[in-house]
Amino acid sequence: MRVIRLLLVALVPLAILGVFFVLPVTGMVSRGFWTDGSFDPGGVLDVLTRPRVHRVLWFTLWSAALGTLFSLALGLPAAHVLYRRRIRGGSVLRAALLAPFVLPTVVVGVSFRQLLTASGPLGFLGLDGTPAAIIAGLVFFNASVVIRVVGGAWESLDPRPAEAAAALGATPFQVLRTVTLPALRPAVVSAASVVFLFCATAFGVVLTLGGLRYSSVETEIYLLTTNLLDLQAAAALSVLQLVVVVGLLLAAARARRTADPSLARVVARPRRLARGDVPALVATSVLALLVLGPIAALVAGSLRTDGAWSLANYRALETTGQSSGQQHALLVPVTDALMTSLRTAVDATWMSLLLGLTVAVVATRRSRSRSERRVRTVLDGLFMLPLGVSAVTLGFGFLITLDRPPLDLRDSPLLVPIAQALVALPLVVRTLVPVLGSVDDRLRQAAATLGASPFRAALTVDLPVVGRPLLASAGFAFAVSLGEFGATSFLARDEHPTLPVVIFGLIGHPGPMNYGMALAASVVLAATTATVMLAVERLHVPVGST
Amino acid sequence: MLSLRDVSVAYDGVPAVTDVDLELPDGQVLAVLGPSGCGKSTILRAVAGLEPLSGGSVSWDGADLAGVPTHRRGFALLFQDGQLFPQLTVARNVGYAPRLRRAPDTAKRVGELLELVGLAGYGDRLPGTLSGGERQRVALARALAAEPRLLLLDEPLSALDTGLRERLAVDLRAILRTAGTTALMVTHDHEEAFTVSDRMAVMRAGRVVQEGPIADVWREPADPETALFLGYARVFRAAAAAAVLAAAGRPPAAAVAVRRSALSLDPSGPLAATVVSSRATPEQVRLVVDADGVGEADAVAPLDSHPGVGQRVRLAVDPGRLAVWESAPAAS
Repeated sequence: MRVIRLLLVALVPLAILGVFFVLPVTGMVSRGFWTDGSFDPGGVLDVLTRPRVHRVLWFTLWSAALGTLFSLALGLPAAHVLYRRRIRGGSVLRAALLAPFVLPTVVVGVSFRQLLTASGPLGFLGLDGTPAAIIAGLVFFNASVVIRVVGGAWESLDPRPAEAAAALGATPFQVLRTVTLPALRPAVVSAASVVFLFCATAFGVVLTLGGLRYSSVETEIYLLTTNLLDLQAAAALSVLQLVVVVGLLLAAARARRTADPSLARVVARPRRLARGDVPALVATSVLALLVLGPIAALVAGSLRTDGAWSLANYRALETTGQSSGQQHALLVPVTDALMTSLRTAVDATWMSLLLGLTVAVVATRRSRSRSERRVRTVLDGLFMLPLGVSAVTLGFGFLITLDRPPLDLRDSPLLVPIAQALVALPLVVRTLVPVLGSVDDRLRQAAATLGASPFRAALTVDLPVVGRPLLASAGFAFAVSLGEFGATSFLARDEHPTLPVVIFGLIGHPGPMNYGMALAASVVLAATTATVMLAVERLHVPVGST
Repeated sequence: MLSLRDVSVAYDGVPAVTDVDLELPDGQVLAVLGPSGCGKSTILRAVAGLEPLSGGSVSWDGADLAGVPTHRRGFALLFQDGQLFPQLTVARNVGYAPRLRRAPDTAKRVGELLELVGLAGYGDRLPGTLSGGERQRVALARALAAEPRLLLLDEPLSALDTGLRERLAVDLRAILRTAGTTALMVTHDHEEAFTVSDRMAVMRAGRVVQEGPIADVWREPADPETALFLGYARVFRAAAAAAVLAAAGRPPAAAVAVRRSALSLDPSGPLAATVVSSRATPEQVRLVVDADGVGEADAVAPLDSHPGVGQRVRLAVDPGRLAVWESAPAAS
């Protein structure tokens, strides 16, 4: 009975997920399995034997593994320095190292190219277009994920067991090895699995830095669908990716199920730096250079035209770019694209918040029976799926399934925000679920026995707790939407592109002015995102990221 | 009047409460007493409408409450740890229910209630700044402010330390009396139940094993296990029971439960015993003795006596501190 009522409440988000997620993805996938109206799984299997596909798989695997490894190697010491040590300018450094998390992937790609290109500051290294550049780009992003997830857990780690170990004669290193790291293990495993996931499905960075030569599964799906129109191969890769990613998500969920120290909110006071912190400081400095270097190169590059400092690139943002032949690089000025991006982000934000809040509420209400608990867990997990499905698959699926009655959204201005809202959904749900889950259900019951209706009880009990996290997830959703490129690149209409689409278009067109405009537009996009993120950071909300 | 008829509650098909019948007349306080896990809190939650029944009915003044949601029942529930709304001041917490009803003069009522629970002037404090006892008093005031038809108390004092618990139990009794509140209290502490309530229901393994006026239950526990739970020290059967009863000047019976202080050192007492161990407490000396024809038993001695281990002593038995079963009670 209660299970039925629960399913009724969950029906709306389920229906939305069904229409805007399951339908497009299955549509895209089945396009590969059915050729000329007949079921043809053999064709898909054939795809998996192609040498190029093998190269792509192998590259995805080892680049993601190395990306994860380096992200952990730099992120863990940085988390220690930023959350357990008192350093001057710590909050600024923390904001700087956390910001890449939501920087638009296209911007990061452009920054690294600007840094590593033959004429760039590090051009002499000859790294442009190499796997090293791609991995550096992945680490740029994902070290911040490690810092965010592990740092939060580390900050709230009860310091007393470590003190007890020290009192029993353990050296600082032994304390780290025997007490601190085991206690952080769930957070580290969780961060590592998420980072691997992000690395393996990275799109913008690999596409802008790897081009055609180095392709991951995600960019290969994009190239197969847009350039080669080989839908069968694209579908095969999508299915493969879906299976692997769902497996990874399940493994990550299992790892998280062990006691999660991030829920005990005893914040230890950060200590002063000691000599033993030198290795951690070195790692943090390397990471800071890795993060700030490309950004600095980007900003500097955007301010230079024809070998002199100028704002010409920014002034050019009101134009449609340099023409090659008769055609301009863009259909609309970059400023228009910025407005489109902002409008789209607003829509995507309220959509993902509404959906995420409903899911979080349904997932965290107290279960009376085992079957009810199971239903809630499944729901919770179901809405994590968009995290695992390639945004490219989602975008292409939208394009081919929502283009005819009864749902013809091809020209609807809501199509792009809906896709972006789905991409942002897991982040919103992950921010809200722990907060709502930490509310003692008896507080709601107390309100009910005092005569408060369920709605009123939620206003009294849940709203004060969830208010700031809700604002924070609004910021995250907004930032994700601003930077979203994978799905948007399929769905944005040519006359209403978003900023990342425009930037990608500009770097694809020859001409120094187009390149300069791409740099300037990247700076504008990064600055907009960073402003939103800094506002979020001021809210001090812990964020889970799976 | 609250009536429970054949109430059963199950979690995942595992019964937590089975066929419970209870009646609670207006203005009375009923304590449901039982060891932890016996289902007593479940009964409270079922009455509040927080747990669905798997059988039977809960009704108020003859009207079945099935289908009436918690917030329309008018039963305020006081949790073990208060569950104050952390972001609201003490006054806002207490005034929560009156404001929901848009009652007039909320501020005045809140002031009166804070005075009643001994916290006048605490209105502007936040719950986080209060001690455990103060929080529980605020929670009580908040529950009373709802002017509930029935007040449900879930181990209201057990989170507090001993001294405070005893004081607050007396206060609670006085407050409930003053307000003329009908209350159902759940507790595992028989002294708390004795202090606060008029009637008592003893629960074990999901069933009510005994119910009645508190003094009756206290004097005549339904079975040995209930007796032990109510603070009786030991239960003797058959010949040992006859020996104890004979020493108390009563006819033999199947079994007898004795309180710790039922046997006391008395040179002219009828029962002979050997001291097994002795331990001084601030009020008396507590002995374990091997009584002739009885076996090991507890006894007390005045502080100025110093019976040594192995010493032969004589004991008197106070017939007022025994519970007697004429026929053999169920095995325990």
